[in-house]
Amino acid sequence: MVGASEGGALLSLRGLSKSFGPVRALTQVDLDLYPGHVTALAGDNGAGKSVLIKTVAGLWPPDEGELFWEGRRVHVHSPRDAEALGITIIYQDLALCDNLDIVQNMFLGHERRRMGLLDETSMEKTARKTLEALQVTTIRSIRQPVESLSGGQRQSVAVAKAVMANARLVIMDEPTAALGVTQTRMVLDLIHRLAEQGVAVMVVSHNLNDVFEVADRIAILHLGRLAAAGDIIEFDRARVVDYMTSGTSERSVGNGRRPEAPAEERGS
Amino acid sequence: MAVPTDEQRGRPTAGGPVPPVPDVVAATEVPVSPVVVGSLREYLGTQWQRIRSGQSGMLPIVLGLILIVVVFQVLTSKYLTAGDIVNILAYGSIFVTFGLAETFALVLSEIDLSISYVGFVGAMIMAELLNRPFDWPWWAAVVVALLACGVIGLVQGALITKLRIPSFVVTLAGLLGWQGFLIFITGADKTAVGGVLSISENRIVWGIVNAQMSPVAGWIVYAAVIAAFAAYVWSRDGRRRASGLSAPPRSITAATIVGVAALGALLVWVCGFNRGSSIVVLEGVPYFVPVLIAVIVLLTVLFHRTRFGRYLYAIGANPEAARRAGIRVAAIRTLAFMLCSFTAGIAGVIYASRQGSMSISVTGGVYTLLGVAAAVIGGTSLFGGRGKPVYAVIGGVIVAAIYYGLFLLGVSADGTYMAIAVVLVAAATVDTLARRRRPSAT
Repeated sequence: MVGASEGGALLSLRGLSKSFGPVRALTQVDLDLYPGHVTALAGDNGAGKSVLIKTVAGLWPPDEGELFWEGRRVHVHSPRDAEALGITIIYQDLALCDNLDIVQNMFLGHERRRMGLLDETSMEKTARKTLEALQVTTIRSIRQPVESLSGGQRQSVAVAKAVMANARLVIMDEPTAALGVTQTRMVLDLIHRLAEQGVAVMVVSHNLNDVFEVADRIAILHLGRLAAAGDIIEFDRARVVDYMTSGTSERSVGNGRRPEAPAEERGS
Repeated sequence: MAVPTDEQRGRPTAGGPVPPVPDVVAATEVPVSPVVVGSLREYLGTQWQRIRSGQSGMLPIVLGLILIVVVFQVLTSKYLTAGDIVNILAYGSIFVTFGLAETFALVLSEIDLSISYVGFVGAMIMAELLNRPFDWPWWAAVVVALLACGVIGLVQGALITKLRIPSFVVTLAGLLGWQGFLIFITGADKTAVGGVLSISENRIVWGIVNAQMSPVAGWIVYAAVIAAFAAYVWSRDGRRRASGLSAPPRSITAATIVGVAALGALLVWVCGFNRGSSIVVLEGVPYFVPVLIAVIVLLTVLFHRTRFGRYLYAIGANPEAARRAGIRVAAIRTLAFMLCSFTAGIAGVIYASRQGSMSISVTGGVYTLLGVAAAVIGGTSLFGGRGKPVYAVIGGVIVAAIYYGLFLLGVSADGTYMAIAVVLVAAATVDTLARRRRPSAT
């Protein structure tokens, strides 16, 4: 795995600030997102996670600060700008149409046509290839309406849609919040495979189990400031909780312990 | 270990070949590629799942139609004659076309209550243009009438989507306003004695419903239509199977073609009987049948094979998702209301053809309700995102079958209106219950 310190960030935020009237939602946030890496964005409610996402999405342009895409300065003033760069945001509601089938949802707004009519054959082929590349295998028929899918499968469709749109940065907002154990497992595997394809992934999550499970890097927001950021192995649950609640931590991770089993670490 | 409740709740359990996932690990180890549906059994399983979620409501509706026909045949004992069946279809063609118009609004999760008077304004414009002092050729009069309806729909649609006035208010105002306009333009014409304009002098417009092709011509047209349908369906499914895409098994494709061919043959055969007398022979397929088939085919292509149609369904189910997908939601909705009124204009022309005249005393409100009823009885949802143009066909025929049966029984307007109201509410109840059964209904 490429060390994050080697540079080559896909998206870099520098000194990002955003206020809503007297409320400072983000203050001087610096953050780097790397291709092929999963970065977890953690923080308590109101820490500014949503504002950060929406700034990157072009919904709320920042008051101050700069965005660099592959080292080049860019302006993201609208969702269209973000899309043009290759940024896809998967919100919690997934933005799927329940009555449409998987192929139709994956191509919504970008339907292929032949002689003015929808080219279902070509769309279905591409959709299948994309799903197979992501090893989404629990779906019975690619032509079933999305409403008949489980939560994890719906998440898979949303991710596949992003991959098919050639997304280079996928930001997922609480992808496991409403899921059971099996479904969470499935989505976390999916996130791994997404990163393996060279996509930069940012996962916003409250769930520290998931964060330690899936992330290579972590960034922790506290009251709109970046409290800490770095390789996940520099952190353990206790430190992350410290940063999330107070913005600082006096602890250090002991004995170079790997974070594979975060649940056990709590006892140490 | 936690019980994977989400997995079980989300996974359809009925009639499917996929076994329930036993534990956490298995979910990721299912072998690759059950994505393609292969066998007949799997196909039926998928279809059954669709019926359960209210996706394919045709079967119960067809059974309902058969029940209605049997009941009226028993009650009247003269219901199933060639003349009566053609009469029902002629009646039904009006309801079907209004139902097709309403489908545009319903799929969007909107409603258009103005369809009847918009259509009748179009029909009256056509009648004026066919008569003195204009004496236009039939095609020019029809085109201008339909375009006028389209403009009306554009105005209503713009009010609904740009000013965000609820569609039922705008079109309820339209229901009253266009009736006023109908009376106004007819009143301005001194030749319209008593507010009635005849169109029966124009044999082509009058003949849409009242003239028929010879039985031999009927069979030739039938053969051509069925051959085209069979060639299209067979080659499409064959191509999909060859590319390894999801397609019904060969047996189902063949059954579909045979079914449609049999239904069409039945229709042409029934129309082939002499429904006049021994002196005035009246036999053959009326011209409204091919006209209606053409409209249905066009709308089906529009709904299912174009981006516009796809976006109607997307907007009807989740306008926010549609907006985020870059769809120009307001433009699509406005266009849909325009096409809704345009199709209502076709219904108006068919109505005028059947009557042989247009009159200001036409009872428009009933036709709006019957149009909604035709679409909803056929299976188009009042809650948006679900339904097909073809559903309006069976719904419209059911409405006409009830209407005509009650007429034969000597039931007058009071009973007929109440019966149709009950049927409409019953269809809406079925729609609501099917929606509640769906897993993700909110």
